[in-house]
Amino acid sequence: MKRSGILRSGIQFLLCCMIWIPITLLAAASFMPEDELIYRYSEALGLGKDTIRFSLLPSYPTIQSYKELLLYSPGFFVMFWNSCIQVFPTLAGQLMIAAPASWSFARYPTKAKRVLFSLYIVLMILPFQVMMVSNYLVLGTLNLLDSHLSLILPGIWSTLPVFIMAKFFEGIPQTFIEAAHLDGANEFYVFFHIALPLGKPGIITAFMLGFFEAWNALEQPIAYLQNRSLWPLSLYLPDITADKASVAFAASVVLLFPSVLVFLNGQDFLEQGISSSGIKG
Amino acid sequence: MERDIHMIKKRRNFYVSQKIWISWLFIAPSLSGTIVFVCIPFSDIIRRSFFSVAGNEFVWGYHYNVVWHNQAFRLALKNTVLFILIGIPLLMGTSFLTALLIQSSSRRTNLYKTTIVLPMAIPTASICLLWKIFFSERGRSTAFGVLLFTFLWKNIGYNMLLWLAGLGEISDSVYEAAKLDGAGNLAIMRYIVVPELKGTAGVVFALSVINGFRIYREAYLIAGSYPHESIYMLQHLFNHWFLDMDIQNMSTAAAIISIGAFLCLFICFLYSKIRKRGE
Repeated sequence: MKRSGILRSGIQFLLCCMIWIPITLLAAASFMPEDELIYRYSEALGLGKDTIRFSLLPSYPTIQSYKELLLYSPGFFVMFWNSCIQVFPTLAGQLMIAAPASWSFARYPTKAKRVLFSLYIVLMILPFQVMMVSNYLVLGTLNLLDSHLSLILPGIWSTLPVFIMAKFFEGIPQTFIEAAHLDGANEFYVFFHIALPLGKPGIITAFMLGFFEAWNALEQPIAYLQNRSLWPLSLYLPDITADKASVAFAASVVLLFPSVLVFLNGQDFLEQGISSSGIKG
Repeated sequence: MERDIHMIKKRRNFYVSQKIWISWLFIAPSLSGTIVFVCIPFSDIIRRSFFSVAGNEFVWGYHYNVVWHNQAFRLALKNTVLFILIGIPLLMGTSFLTALLIQSSSRRTNLYKTTIVLPMAIPTASICLLWKIFFSERGRSTAFGVLLFTFLWKNIGYNMLLWLAGLGEISDSVYEAAKLDGAGNLAIMRYIVVPELKGTAGVVFALSVINGFRIYREAYLIAGSYPHESIYMLQHLFNHWFLDMDIQNMSTAAAIISIGAFLCLFICFLYSKIRKRGE
């Protein structure tokens, strides 16, 4: 028994290392001065061929890269702002549209709605490749290509939040709702005063998953935004030029910062929300 | 008396029908957007795949034949399917083991859990810079393995939470009863845990497939638009066709992929129906 305990801790420790070491390396590299970066990681930055020399700590820590990125790279700010413009309206729209829909799916399941819900799950699984052309044609017809709306509008009707929230709403005891109805509450009152407060973990989970996804957007902006001045932050790194390569690590850290912040703040809700979709397939 | 009952019934029917009406009202915004942004364009894609480029002549399976014999399409389809066939069982297996590991240990689980789930919050673009460093020395031929690794790294946490939820649903008394009957750990696994987790496995599978198709991001960020041929994915091909505005080929390929996906789902559905009837 004791021995298996040690083995278990060992495996856990190894797994944690697998996750922490890359993140630490990334953070360390962001504090390295340019010549140290070139010495250590030249090949990955596309600056010539040399052996890679890993280090968990910078030898000469400096905030030079951050200064360069945040003070002397106007392009970076434009992209950061673009990301905000594209991500937050998408999330707000998703919640406004998916929350009532998922409540209805979870609470009033008729035969037609079960079929519809299955359709939503199929749509959720269909990869972007399949929808890419059709979305392009619709956006073209609506004259929305090359605008922020070309990412926002299709994003709002993503069916993943409907799935996540519906799964969570299903777990709310029916008796709560019946009690409210007996007290004379109508459907809208029940939705706003019972479903939304009790479904908070599910809603926050949908919000967080939507944020991770939208903050990470890659295929959609490449396809629908010809105009590079509209590109979001997630495309800053792939688009980075060789003379700016030294800020790449700092840019990575700045990019992951909001995402990790959202994660750490909502982690408990996220766990509850994801868990509810794992129960009862 | 009878009139009263009649009245009550009538009111109840009115109430129920009103409830159904309102429940559809709740779905309406979501449904209308889905129809405009998904259903109508999707049916247009299917229509295009059967008509000539000019759009007025029905050409049966002509485009399907062209796309099916396209070398690049074959390669991309092969790689994507291969990735899903290898990556998803691997992901489901490893995340299940991690969930068991967490469930059986009592101390320090919170920090451990946070750590394992954290990668799902890390943007692909950030971490890919590092994957490039790790794997640049290993040469391009290991690219497929690299992708598998990044796929597992990012998605184990999410799947582990799903498995944990499923494991949490099995009550302790069931385990205890099994132990009293002299069942070993393996027997408990085989006859209690695995059968109980079938529903969870379905959800884990579906969500893994979604993330499996997204592996293009890693492929693009590590290796660019023209990667080693072992990681040339469907999305690469679509992007190249997109640049040429080859809407015909894209529509047909999208139709082929979705037909394939629908067939797989339908088989799964039939399979679960048959199993249920057997039980």
